[in-house]
Amino acid sequence: MEYLLHLFVLFAVYAILGIGLNLITGFTGLISVAHAAFFGIGAYTTALLTTELGMNFFLACAAGVGVSVILALAVGAILSRLKGDYYVLGTVSFSYVVLGVLLNWEELTRGPLGIAGILKPSFFGLSFTSTLSFALLSAAVLAGVYFIARFATRSSFGRVLKAIREDEQAIGVFGYRTFSYKLAVFALGAGMAAVAGSLFASYITFIDPTAFNVMESIFILAIVILGGLANLKGTLAGAAFLVLLPEALRFVGFAPDIAGQLRQVVYGLLLVFLMLYRPQGLIGEYKL
Amino acid sequence: MDILRTKNLLKRFGGVHAVDHLSINVGGGTITSVIGPNGSGKSTLINTLSGVLPIDGGAVVIDEKATLSRIVSHEIPVYGITRTFQEVRLFEQMTVLDNILVVLTERPVVGAFFEKHGEYHLSRAEEMLKRVGLWEKRDALARNLSYGQRKLLEIARALSMNAQLYLFDEPFAGLFKEMAKTVVTVMNQLREEGKTILLIEHNMELIRELSDWVIVMDSGKLLAEGRAAEVLSRKEVIEAYLGE
Repeated sequence: MEYLLHLFVLFAVYAILGIGLNLITGFTGLISVAHAAFFGIGAYTTALLTTELGMNFFLACAAGVGVSVILALAVGAILSRLKGDYYVLGTVSFSYVVLGVLLNWEELTRGPLGIAGILKPSFFGLSFTSTLSFALLSAAVLAGVYFIARFATRSSFGRVLKAIREDEQAIGVFGYRTFSYKLAVFALGAGMAAVAGSLFASYITFIDPTAFNVMESIFILAIVILGGLANLKGTLAGAAFLVLLPEALRFVGFAPDIAGQLRQVVYGLLLVFLMLYRPQGLIGEYKL
Repeated sequence: MDILRTKNLLKRFGGVHAVDHLSINVGGGTITSVIGPNGSGKSTLINTLSGVLPIDGGAVVIDEKATLSRIVSHEIPVYGITRTFQEVRLFEQMTVLDNILVVLTERPVVGAFFEKHGEYHLSRAEEMLKRVGLWEKRDALARNLSYGQRKLLEIARALSMNAQLYLFDEPFAGLFKEMAKTVVTVMNQLREEGKTILLIEHNMELIRELSDWVIVMDSGKLLAEGRAAEVLSRKEVIEAYLGE
């Protein structure tokens, strides 16, 4: 049971990440590989504030979201002027800058050593130290993020995002400042990634920069593409599939370290297969 | 009164003057057609007027109120202008209904975030789609429409803007007779409502039927202008446009 709850927490973290990225990539058509960077910013902000200042998890999480959103607005102000491949390259650059900071600003982040002893959440005497309680908290946070994303995508805002994805110049002629929409959705997705980062840091209680590199962004992108672009339920399915996949590989007899490596191979093959035969993902509506 | 004037409008592509110091007037409540051979700068003119391409020189006077030497595309609805494209540009992976709703709802991000389309938006969309005979197709994806239906949807999308000046770039190209009739009806209705149309078209029959005024362009310059019957019989127009 403990093991299943552990898997559920991981699923919730990656589902939140996937939902945020689906808003940016699936709904708006902007391929971002900066998502793990915002995941890391949320995780490190929470880790630092809880370990160094003893701040409550929920306040630290809010701070993480704040830092992430502010950075997303600053970076997005440049990125939102870019299109297509240039946008992707811009997000790659940002990812490496963040990774560089996490690795090299040792006074703050402890560099490659990472940060240990991150506090578990507590709220008015209620402590989320057991796996069950953490799984319940994760489920509640996932539900909240899902609701916000559903609200956004079913509003006029969501329809404009899709129109930007389809033809940014054409929707501009009808009076929309597409720059503002691209910036807003990038910040919204970054905020969601920071929430996932906070949960992740607090759950694992130890983080280091390797968890937030470009490969991690590719993994989140794989969740979005596999599950279905511009489909939130698809993202849940994608997260469930890809989080459970290495566990399944382990059960069919692969050693844990081989299963980990094999995971990368499977992700790569899966993406190639999807692009060839099902570009909209399992239950998506939009083809890349 | 003129709803739009260009003063020495200039658009260059490298050394080529696609629109070459063009000064034209478009009277309010009229259908003004722009004709000319391929490459004469007609679509470039519409692209500069709608901010899709930046202006390199001269100015555009709108409704005798605003003189613009720079037009930003997302600001043209403020001046009461909307357009269609020569090559149809729909939101392909969205439904027909969403292609209309998206231009009917809130523009600012925060307003749009908290807005869901309501009965008013739906009834407006229904009215526009019925005008071009596409209401039955409202749940189809735009990419699954026929070429003619796609053209009609683009026209419906422009109509939804309730603009004062419609820039129609070859709206009849590739349309069957029945569909062309629908577009003719729409244009006549717009004129009756006091709206203005700047029309790019190659079909001379339609030009004669619809136009109050005809502007002939050649190599980015104004070659001739006047009433259709008079302009189309001029020797220089026949030579430039018809190659006779």
